[in-house]
Amino acid sequence: MNNLSKRPAYYHFLGCIIPHRYPSIEKAAKLVFNDLGIDLLDMVGASCCPAPGVFGSFDRVMWATIAARNLTIAEQGGHPLTTGCNGCFASLWDANHELKEDEELRAAVNRNLAEIGREFKGTTEVTHYIDVLYGVAGMQKLKEHVTHPFTGVRMALHPGCHWMRPALVKKKDNSERPHIFREICEATGAKYVHYKDELMCCGAGGAVRTADVKIALEFTKQKFDSILAAGGADVIVTPCPFCLLQLDMGQVEIQKIFGVEYKFDVMHVAELLALAFGHQPEEFGLASHLQYAQRKTEPNWQRLKLRAKATA
Amino acid sequence: MPRWTDLTVAEEKPPVDVDTVDLDFIQMIKKTGGPNIQSCYQCGTCSGSCPAGARTNYLVRGIIRKALLGLKKEVISAPELWYCTTCYMCTDRCPQDVKPTDVIKAIRNVAVEEGYMLKPHQDVAKKVLEAGHAVPLDKDTWSALRQKSGLEPLPPNGSSNPKVAEEIRKMAKKSGFDKLIGYSDTPPPAEKKEK
Repeated sequence: MNNLSKRPAYYHFLGCIIPHRYPSIEKAAKLVFNDLGIDLLDMVGASCCPAPGVFGSFDRVMWATIAARNLTIAEQGGHPLTTGCNGCFASLWDANHELKEDEELRAAVNRNLAEIGREFKGTTEVTHYIDVLYGVAGMQKLKEHVTHPFTGVRMALHPGCHWMRPALVKKKDNSERPHIFREICEATGAKYVHYKDELMCCGAGGAVRTADVKIALEFTKQKFDSILAAGGADVIVTPCPFCLLQLDMGQVEIQKIFGVEYKFDVMHVAELLALAFGHQPEEFGLASHLQYAQRKTEPNWQRLKLRAKATA
Repeated sequence: MPRWTDLTVAEEKPPVDVDTVDLDFIQMIKKTGGPNIQSCYQCGTCSGSCPAGARTNYLVRGIIRKALLGLKKEVISAPELWYCTTCYMCTDRCPQDVKPTDVIKAIRNVAVEEGYMLKPHQDVAKKVLEAGHAVPLDKDTWSALRQKSGLEPLPPNGSSNPKVAEEIRKMAKKSGFDKLIGYSDTPPPAEKKEK
């Protein structure tokens, strides 16, 4: 154990979508956690979590095996891990939980891990950025760091599913009336806009996006229409990059498939906080979101009350 | 104006053939991650809460009922089995703690084992064995995106370390998962040029 510094330290579990498709989230998280005095350590050798809906649907033992391999890296290093993805959180947290409870599963997984000289011991803890922001940094500190309040910006939230559900097992928040994610987002000064389908799934999970993208996008479209029915929003905020992909790229896909155009800027909560903490959008590449590249557009700087970069 | 007799769809559905009933199916589901399936009393809270059921013919309650009747083939071969997004809304609301989401995932495990797997799903699984990631860093443009965000072109995960996917392949081979998804590493996987 490294006790040289008293700063809290977490292995930064990146997963796939953050580092490979939306790296602006990875950079924004580094800025935010650094501002808060929390270390994010590179998790060398980590793989796919693996995708809970996909792998968990194929073979529970192999799903738990690949997740456990990632957990052993954190166990060996002696720090808990944190992730900014609801999917990664679901796989790693659930596997960690199930492997501690289910001896049969644990034995099967450890037989697989023995093949590569690893063993799941059950000594690490899995957290989401939300857990660290809310439980370790704390609301007071988050508010103190806000130097660019989003006053007057209308914000719709998409909390997603896997950080807080199943509620009885995860014990994070009331999944019918969640407040933690909202409190964090409201710390930025943006105005919370309630809409009917806020707690509905984005449609991407459970291997549905891979199986039938049109069905997946029908979920997304319903959410967008629900936001518009509530008076619209200047930004949609989510704690999950897969949801973000679905809400961001999904607008381009919906336009192609359904012929309906939506113009929502979508941010990960790490990005919203980075901006609220006074970082510039170019510091982490907010404009690199895939919808902007596809549509050859930029974030709606004016609506987001952000100073636009001179030129892209 | 329809008469009440027109409202039932019972006549349209074929009767259950008791010769096709597989009672081991319930045990398989219980063993594969859905231990509470027999607590279901068919209230339908799951389907009433289900955003997939609102737009497709995916019916959680119906699948669970059929599974409890032992209609294995019918359940595992139905395409709608794959419309659950695992949002866990049903699980959070189920008054019997059936954990319908886990039951559906367990049934999917049985389906895959019996060869019912979509090609796109196989491809995603293969990517994890090839690259260590379901969504790999497989184009220069993705690295360029990273640099635009002020990050190094390769993240410190399986994308910069071929040993990661190698370890996963070893475990997949040991468990037989490679065969399950039709993965073969002969000819040996070409190390993709990442830069």
